[in-house]
Amino acid sequence: MTINKQQNGTALTLAVEGRLDTITSPELEAALKESLEGIDALTFDFSALDYISSAGLRVLLSAQKQMNKQGSMKVTGVSEIIMEIFEVTGFTDILTIE
Amino acid sequence: MKERTVRADTGFLEEVTDFINAELEGAGCPMKTLMQIDLALEELFVNIASYAYRDKPEGGDALIRIDVTDGIASITLEDGGIPFDPTAKVDPDPTAPLEEREIGGLGIFLTKKIMDEVRYEYRGGRNILTVTKKI
Repeated sequence: MTINKQQNGTALTLAVEGRLDTITSPELEAALKESLEGIDALTFDFSALDYISSAGLRVLLSAQKQMNKQGSMKVTGVSEIIMEIFEVTGFTDILTIE
Repeated sequence: MKERTVRADTGFLEEVTDFINAELEGAGCPMKTLMQIDLALEELFVNIASYAYRDKPEGGDALIRIDVTDGIASITLEDGGIPFDPTAKVDPDPTAPLEEREIGGLGIFLTKKIMDEVRYEYRGGRNILTVTKKI
């Protein structure tokens, strides 16, 4: 997994590539922890994300909870396979997917 | 049928995934199905790695077996740890509002949704969990 960060003022985009699984999710969690201060618009770009497991979903859930307190969050570039995981788990109702 | 025994530790997740993927690719499994099986495998293996031997500081092993017959992939995970039936767990509510969402319980729920069948038995002091899916 690689994470590309792009910050524009108080807007932050994290482009996540590869696999967001048990092994790699802590890296994303750490990246969020160090970058979210003062951010009011968070975007996850998943165009190059191949795989997400419940470990990755947990990170998204806590990011959404955090952003509800300080701004907004959206997820873009979701593939069909990952969308199906979001649908099955009801994440389509709690995330803003564009 | 092929099987492999590894230490029940998340550090072996990649090895387990590679082993299963090689078998599935050899059987002509489509990419989407392969990823869904990977997902179930990850949830179940990580579960064993995290909980099965938590009463034993020395840890233990997990056995992973795969069989593909008549277009049905059948994957079994076995451990000799604490008896635990993940299929007996109450499903999280996928319609719950964000504030009430729990962090845990999603893995086995996803596994049940994604696989065609999830079967648990406890036999000879071993947890035996089998998941099947048409490929």
